[in-house]
Amino acid sequence: MDHFGWIQLTLFVGILLVLTKPMGVYLTKVLDVEGKTFLDLAIGPVERFFYSLLGIDPKKEQDWKQYSFSLISFSLVGTLFTYAILRLQHLLPLNPQGFGPVSGQLSFNTAISFATNTNWQNYAGESTMSYLSQMVGLTFHNFASAATGIAVAAALARGVARNSAKTIGNFWTDVIRTILYVLLPICLVYALLLVSQGMIQNFNPYAKVEVVAPYASPVPGKDAEGRQSPPQRKVETQTIVQGPMASQVAIKMLGTNGGGFTNANAAHPYENPTPLSNFLQMLSIFLIPSGLTYYLGRVVKDQRHGWAVWSAMAAIFLVGFLICWWAESTGNPHMHALGIDAASGNMEGKETRFGIFNSALFATVTTDASCGAVNSMHDSFTPLGGLVPLLNIQLGEVIFGGVGAGLYGMIVFVVLAVFLAGLMIGKTPEYLGKKIEAYDVKASVMFIMVPVLGILGSTAWAATSAWGLAGLNNSGPHGFSEILYAYSSTTGNNGSAFAGLNANTCWYNITLGIAMLLGRFFMIIPILALAGNLAGKKSRPLGEGSFPVSGPMFTVLLTGTVLIVGALTFFPALSLGPIVEHYLMTHSNILF
Amino acid sequence: MTAKALSIFDRQILSQAVVESFKKLNPITMLKNPVMFVTEVGATITTASIIFKPETESLIFGFQIAAWLWFTVLFANFAEAMAEGRGKAQADALRKTRTQTIAHLLLKHGLAQQDVPADKLRKGDEVVVSAGDIIPADGEVIQGVASVDESAITGESAPVIRESGGDRNSVTGGTRVLSDFLIVRVTADPGNSFLDHMISLVEGAQRQKTPNEIALTILLAALTIIFLVVILSLKFFGAYSGVFFSITVLTALLVCLIPTTIGGLLSAVGIAGIDRLVQTNVLAMSGRAAEAAGDVDVLLLDKTGTITMGNRQATEFIPAHGVKIEDLADASQLASLSDETPEGRSIVILAKQYGLRARTLSEMPAATFIPFKAETRMSGVDIDGKRIRKGSSDAVMKFVVGRLPPSVEDAVARVTSSGGTPLVVAENEKAMGVIHLKDVVKGGLKDRFERFRTMGIKTIMITGDNRLTAATIAREAGVDDFLAEARPEDKLALIRKEQAAGHLVAMTGDGTNDAPALAQADVGVAMNTGTQAAKEAGNMVDLDSNPTKLIEIVEIGKQMLMTRGALTTFSIANDAAKYFAIIPAMLVATFPVIGPLNIMQLHSPQSAILSAVIFNALIIVALIPLALRGVRFRPLTAARLLRRNLLIYGLGGLVAPFVGIKLIDLFVSALQLA
Repeated sequence: MDHFGWIQLTLFVGILLVLTKPMGVYLTKVLDVEGKTFLDLAIGPVERFFYSLLGIDPKKEQDWKQYSFSLISFSLVGTLFTYAILRLQHLLPLNPQGFGPVSGQLSFNTAISFATNTNWQNYAGESTMSYLSQMVGLTFHNFASAATGIAVAAALARGVARNSAKTIGNFWTDVIRTILYVLLPICLVYALLLVSQGMIQNFNPYAKVEVVAPYASPVPGKDAEGRQSPPQRKVETQTIVQGPMASQVAIKMLGTNGGGFTNANAAHPYENPTPLSNFLQMLSIFLIPSGLTYYLGRVVKDQRHGWAVWSAMAAIFLVGFLICWWAESTGNPHMHALGIDAASGNMEGKETRFGIFNSALFATVTTDASCGAVNSMHDSFTPLGGLVPLLNIQLGEVIFGGVGAGLYGMIVFVVLAVFLAGLMIGKTPEYLGKKIEAYDVKASVMFIMVPVLGILGSTAWAATSAWGLAGLNNSGPHGFSEILYAYSSTTGNNGSAFAGLNANTCWYNITLGIAMLLGRFFMIIPILALAGNLAGKKSRPLGEGSFPVSGPMFTVLLTGTVLIVGALTFFPALSLGPIVEHYLMTHSNILF
Repeated sequence: MTAKALSIFDRQILSQAVVESFKKLNPITMLKNPVMFVTEVGATITTASIIFKPETESLIFGFQIAAWLWFTVLFANFAEAMAEGRGKAQADALRKTRTQTIAHLLLKHGLAQQDVPADKLRKGDEVVVSAGDIIPADGEVIQGVASVDESAITGESAPVIRESGGDRNSVTGGTRVLSDFLIVRVTADPGNSFLDHMISLVEGAQRQKTPNEIALTILLAALTIIFLVVILSLKFFGAYSGVFFSITVLTALLVCLIPTTIGGLLSAVGIAGIDRLVQTNVLAMSGRAAEAAGDVDVLLLDKTGTITMGNRQATEFIPAHGVKIEDLADASQLASLSDETPEGRSIVILAKQYGLRARTLSEMPAATFIPFKAETRMSGVDIDGKRIRKGSSDAVMKFVVGRLPPSVEDAVARVTSSGGTPLVVAENEKAMGVIHLKDVVKGGLKDRFERFRTMGIKTIMITGDNRLTAATIAREAGVDDFLAEARPEDKLALIRKEQAAGHLVAMTGDGTNDAPALAQADVGVAMNTGTQAAKEAGNMVDLDSNPTKLIEIVEIGKQMLMTRGALTTFSIANDAAKYFAIIPAMLVATFPVIGPLNIMQLHSPQSAILSAVIFNALIIVALIPLALRGVRFRPLTAARLLRRNLLIYGLGGLVAPFVGIKLIDLFVSALQLA
């Protein structure tokens, strides 16, 4: 935990803090159909074209059921569209490598993965997907699913803010405006910035180049007599991946999607060429989720509430990161005993370009927000260092969280915190003047229960089934962590992998796909129901007797609620995975 | 019924509650409470597993866990039974007033009477009640005037007058007519009277869950389901990891995690809240009303009777120029000796402050007292050749024949402009000075309103007085706002206006013309002396007919909600420590390296699990007094209240079980129970 780390951390949090307000103010304008932005002149005609194309009156609002129906149909059509492209990519253009069709169950898994903003990848992009599949089939969802998340967050914020209203906004308007005014313009500039750092953007076939110094590599496999084949193969050339990378990476980060163009994701030198590109990528993951907290404050007309939510997110982020950073810096004592420099920490699975600090920070950020892009292998983290990303996901992806998803998830925790503690001020609980009643509690607990069922239920199944165990490369607690991580990541719509688990099998493709669907739509529907119900309530005026939803006390309460709900739910599972593994590492002679 | 506070552990209630806690084990009644239902199922499973499938643990351990799980259920039942028992004690007191009375039913067309038992009476029947009879049912007087002893209901021994017409025509079943007779029209069918409502509420039999209780139950049920999934999945995770978890241990962990503390005490808190209302002599028509009282943020308070004493009192003597204040006081006292009105008496008392001893009429046989007459609008005395009079300024002006001295006129003007009433005192032809009569605000109200303000509750005074007088009294009483020259319809309009702005409004009322406003208000407290219409419109009745009680009602409502919240927070915060006790104990056999996670240094895996289960059961008992008495009410701002209660019940709930489980573990290991 060196000085440079502390300086970078300060810089990261500082810049994020500075960007929160402008981003929030801009989102407020975009998410208000009457809002004026400086891009109106350029984008306004395009926006109106889409309205007339789809036959939408942008100002006609929807109630929560109509809103949900629009959202589900939009996502369903999008999923089918992507499924079709993946299945037919061999017949479609922009396939210089001549990749064949993607298998049925992998296409199912991948289409759902991108439609749900998860971007779990049971494939290696550079050896599976054509440029068209990447740019159209997948990147379309990077925009659409991000906009959908933001739309739901906006609908919920409106629900909190409105007084005796029947509607919560128009889904189509929200999505179109978000894509046109927020995601596309930022990505345009951002992609160019990334190109300036050396990221590629082309349609060339993969390049075959001569290696600088040819070397010998063992040929995998066995000879006829069953011995490890001794002959070595001389390697003189290397295939270098090409493709439209910058355009996809920009939205993969900004939209907290995380699906890498290449299998190595942000560890690949093309996908993350410089320290600056690394810093920008981490920052862009948090940019919109952070701005949305400011948006919340604006919409409910209590900016201090927005900042209290931001503070709770920032507090959990910092604590998680510091634990991860410390664990990775400390490393594995058994390795040190073998003479490996203790000062370098745990460098297994990390890019030397990024080192301990930037790997730990990236891992924390990408799992706090449901991004899932990685620049190091979480599987190789120390047990506690790996516990942090895992727990981050299990806490519900509310530490800034996915675009929109983080905010609406956190609002559910606000509702629960208000309900639990609100009674203690001697009133039936109220959130910003809205009474929290049976219906709201029901919607909120459904939201909390879905991930519990998705993560614990599926892990229990996989961990005791032949198909589940077949995918494991590790046994014992670490193998358990791998399965637990896979279902946490998919249910939490994160998409990062602990790796070490071969999940491109029929059973995993299907169960993980279902987990992603569960974690997205079975959580969004209760959210919209909550939004609709809150919108319909009468707002009570705020005063001295109102439950305070700002200030340090509330931040502590909210942080405590998130941590307690998460810890109580996942402590037993975690104790059989990373926690036992940690003690095995520190208190036993088992070397791993 | 009297407002007697029962001691928390009354012996008779205690023994009855023990019996009841076993009766309540019936799983069908248990279903109402999902948390305790799961606990009971858990207790059954562990018991069955000892009998049918003794597992790897020792039998003694299994037996102890099963026993403590049953205790957990019994303790929760006991808490509920205690609350109901205390309610029943109140209800029995109420019921005593309802010993079978014989009613003299008036047959149609008037003349004949027929004796029928009171429970055969129906709404609309007319009965005759003579001196000495008990009024057989709630009703309204349609003929006659009588004094009625309502002590059975109110505990107030002084009889009250009930008469037909007007605002004092309502009578309550169970009260006794002392003089004269009344003809009463029955207004409630048997089983539907106030008493019946009240009895069913405090007995808890027909208690309906309040909206907030329903919401809380949903949350508790959801937590229970989550922990069920956690525990079930743990069994599978154990199978993967090669750790065997016995059913006994898993059930123990489950019961420790689900919110049994609040689950076990929730209904007790609700019943006790209603019970506290009854103890202050307020009958609530539903638990919902009691809960709404906690949410009220606007109080409409009638000036007369609630804020002021109801009568004007002398507060100051202002002598005319050249008159000594003692002489004015002396004259005022003489003029008021025979004046039995509260105003008159207050003058006598005020005069004593000027060194005058109390004089009685019998000391002064020579004096001729002049009573107040409508024509003269003065009263006074003729004594020793002095003619002393007191009255309004224009009446006295006539008496002294001529203008009042400027100093007196100034005094009159000053008193009037301050909202008071001036009485001018004259001796023969000389105006001596002015007595300042004013509405006196009840003691302690200003502080109370101040406390309400910190809690965000607005107080509005309602009065028929003019704006000037109203403003003065409002300022003096410290209310936030007032409505002057108010008619009943203005009251209703005001309530509607506040409600439209999102406020919840409470008010008191007694007259028939208050009924619409009482019905409109979120909490409408009718005075027991009020009309039947008023009582039916409101959702609470104050048997003492003390409008100031509204303040207590709000406090009790808040206290009930606070207790519920405090116990919920405490219950959930407890779980962290239980994990640290049980999880290491469950894993240490397979993974001895996990030892350091046993941060409490508990004696053995079995004693750790047993101690957590025992703590979980005992904490319910330990918190019964808190559930029944309620969290102490403090008038603080929401922010400060939250900070305080979060520290006590949140942080306390986090820490307490670490200490408790460790202590129990010391006992358990010392006694070699595990």
